[in-house]
Amino acid sequence: MNFHGYRRADGRAGTRNLVLVIPSVGCSQSCARDVARGLKGAVYLPNILGCGQMGEDKTLVKRTLVGFGASPNVFAVLVVGNGCEELQPEEIAKAIAPSGKRVEALTVQETRGTKKTTAVGRKIVKEMLNEAAKLRREPIPLSELILGTECGGSDYTSGLSSNPAVGVASDIVVAEGGTVMLSETPEIIGAEHLLAKRARTQEVGKQLLEAAAWWEQRAIASGQDIRKGNPSPGNIAGGITTLEEKSLGCIYKAGSSPIQEVIAYACKPTRKGLVYMDTPAHDIEQLTAMVAGGTQIVAFTTGRGTPCGSPIAPVIKITGNRTTFVNMRDNMDLDVSRILRGSETIPQAGKRVFEEIIACASGKETKAERLNQRDFSIFKINPNI
Amino acid sequence: MRSRRGIIVINEKDNVATALDELPAGTTVSVKTEHSMEKIEMISHIPRGHKFALRHIDRGGAVIKYGETIGQSTEEIPRGQHVHVHNLASQSKGETT
Repeated sequence: MNFHGYRRADGRAGTRNLVLVIPSVGCSQSCARDVARGLKGAVYLPNILGCGQMGEDKTLVKRTLVGFGASPNVFAVLVVGNGCEELQPEEIAKAIAPSGKRVEALTVQETRGTKKTTAVGRKIVKEMLNEAAKLRREPIPLSELILGTECGGSDYTSGLSSNPAVGVASDIVVAEGGTVMLSETPEIIGAEHLLAKRARTQEVGKQLLEAAAWWEQRAIASGQDIRKGNPSPGNIAGGITTLEEKSLGCIYKAGSSPIQEVIAYACKPTRKGLVYMDTPAHDIEQLTAMVAGGTQIVAFTTGRGTPCGSPIAPVIKITGNRTTFVNMRDNMDLDVSRILRGSETIPQAGKRVFEEIIACASGKETKAERLNQRDFSIFKINPNI
Repeated sequence: MRSRRGIIVINEKDNVATALDELPAGTTVSVKTEHSMEKIEMISHIPRGHKFALRHIDRGGAVIKYGETIGQSTEEIPRGQHVHVHNLASQSKGETT
């Protein structure tokens, strides 16, 4: 099976054909915004990091920014820096270059101020947009698709309808030879032993358990015990009995395939099938990591509703709560509430989710894109200095 | 439109189903699986959103939802019985100390 996407020089394929303006540091973020402003097909990353960071945090920021630049959803990249930051724009451009796309870098200091940098930058971006416009979509096998899965603003409908429906779609993507990404490690706690059993090898299972333990310890260090009082009295009154059950309700959106590998935040999968990325549960930090890892499209389930979107990837909002769908029609893409009314089965709804994924991968605009909802945030371990 | 007793079975391996409406004891529901259609009588009251056994579950047996083990039964659970904190316990590692 195919979707219609854009073939890139490095052999990967995109669901979008965007020109991306990356501020290498928070100081040049406004300038990057002005460079992209009003130019259809150009987007910028609202990045506030890139300086005053040490060790692993600097690595995370670089990996994330480079991942966005190298994404197959991006046609060409302009990096706009200030000039004196730790993470130099040239360093980012050089790391994106192996993807074979055009990458340019500018600094506000060398280009002599915001106005001049904006003017020079806009000229470059307009050239890139003209080149991008010449490219046409072509059939791409589903085996080249990476589907990100995410849930946020969950309610009782999530574990019973939207997550199982997306789980069916995830299993179809894997059966077609594609890749599905599951993440949000704090949310798997309580069911990590079950996920580990589904790992391809014992070593992969061990990595999953270690990832869960790291987040659990981190929560405990800040005075929170995820297992204590979970499921909550409200969950129990609603019918949820065990922590496994609560966590599985969330995990089930990625389907039932074996877990091929565990990858770190914003890293690219090296295998196809179901892969696990170790990320926080913070919606935007998780979304950012999956897209930086090469995810070209995301299926996002919600019960209470959420407006968020990605700068460069379509994010499909799926809810099993009819009231949320009606109240937030401008944010919600797909209504699977008929599952809970007994008039649609989980496999039927899952097939509709799969069809929507193919349609959006092939160019259909999502609600988040229509609203220009382009959220971006990079996880960090330590405070900035 | 005729109202129906809504129940949901998430995965075909599951041995529990979730009631979408309150099911008083004595209510009979139809459970459709890929291969069969069977009727199950509730032998206790099932509140909305709660689980009941689709099959007899032995004491110490695995309770399966989402196709995975969500815990172990603490007593014998007959078909049609409410499955919750009184007869199902987590196997997840305990509270960390």
